[in-house]
Amino acid sequence: MADTAVKEVKKREPLLGKKERKLLLDPLNDNNPITVQVLGICSALAVTSMVLPSVVMAVAVTFVTGFSNLFVSLLRRRIPKQVRMIAQLVIIAFLVTVVELLLKAYNYPVYKQLSVYIGLIITNCIVMGRLEAFAMANKPWQSFLDGIGNGLGYGAILIVVAVVRELFGKGSLFAGTPIALNIIGPNADYWIDTSSNPWFSWYVNNNLMVLPIAAMFIIGILIWIQRTVNPKLVDVS
Amino acid sequence: MEAINIFIKSAFIENMVLAYFLGMCSFLAVSKSVKTAFGLGLAVIFVLGITMPINWVINEYLLSETGLFGMDLTFLRFILFIAVIASMVQLVEMVVEKFSPALYTSLGIFLPLITVNCAILGGSLFMISREYNFVESVAFGLGGGFGWFLAIVMLAAIREKIRYSDVPAPLRGLGIAFILTGLMGIAFMSLMGIDPAAFAK
Repeated sequence: MADTAVKEVKKREPLLGKKERKLLLDPLNDNNPITVQVLGICSALAVTSMVLPSVVMAVAVTFVTGFSNLFVSLLRRRIPKQVRMIAQLVIIAFLVTVVELLLKAYNYPVYKQLSVYIGLIITNCIVMGRLEAFAMANKPWQSFLDGIGNGLGYGAILIVVAVVRELFGKGSLFAGTPIALNIIGPNADYWIDTSSNPWFSWYVNNNLMVLPIAAMFIIGILIWIQRTVNPKLVDVS
Repeated sequence: MEAINIFIKSAFIENMVLAYFLGMCSFLAVSKSVKTAFGLGLAVIFVLGITMPINWVINEYLLSETGLFGMDLTFLRFILFIAVIASMVQLVEMVVEKFSPALYTSLGIFLPLITVNCAILGGSLFMISREYNFVESVAFGLGGGFGWFLAIVMLAAIREKIRYSDVPAPLRGLGIAFILTGLMGIAFMSLMGIDPAAFAK
């Protein structure tokens, strides 16, 4: 008895070892869900016109990817292969319904602003993609970390795009939150006041940035920058 | 006539891909050749055109307060809608496998992925939030599908040509596809000035 107990202790993997850290951090750059795996662009781009809804979306997606990975990984030996898609979708739909009802209860204006895009987390390809590629073949704790990591990688891109779009499209940052900043514009409090600063009197907000199309260009340019810095990601075909 | 109006509006003016960014994953991944893009586009038209009326009936007669169960079951909406979509995609997959094995192999993984194509579920959710009636929801489904088909075939055609251009290496493939989609979106914005009511007269 004592022997087996010692073995158990030795075999137990560290909670946050090197491998686990890699699972958590890899999706931020080398294996980013949006710019490298091309997953989850669908519901993301339309919400990035401002920072606040993007942060809410990023948190919601991280929650759903993390927990759906955990649950599917726990059930991975019990789900028959033929019905695995529907089983996965039911788990995802359950989690998304939880998120939707929570948001509706606690922050109705943001819920209205995100409209159908919260529901569309169900069909967000990251969630499904990670379930198929990782959670069906790995242990629960690792799968959970992989889900959280991918949610964070997705959120990082979302927030970068949102910052650029809100700053150049509206001249503000974090509008709608207690820490709202009015950075560029005629009555800016912080940085560049276009009405009194003679050097910036020519500046007007770029209306293209408010349109969802701008997100396409920004992500295209982000991919360009990322692949220039990290040449092993370059598409050789 | 409202139905024709909605068809034109959803196909051109409020295009699923270029105005709402729905169905982007497969849009970018399958648009490398016109032939596969064409097949996937047709499958999307079919699935959207079928699931939209079915989901309308489910929402109206099962989930709403005036429906069969007499209580507000709208919190079951996501689960039921996605189940309908998954089974319809299964059906399309069987039909395509039987009648066009070549298309079936070339579409590969992307046929089951129509299930998670945001355009399909997004269409149903838009239909609910805009309160369309039955005929309008059929028109919206077909129009949205047609718009998606049009956009993916156009992007595939551009990407076939751009293979011979000298694109900077880090931008090749995915990066340039994003920028092309953005440019196409700007082109489609010029259609916003069209008054769809003029067609319906």
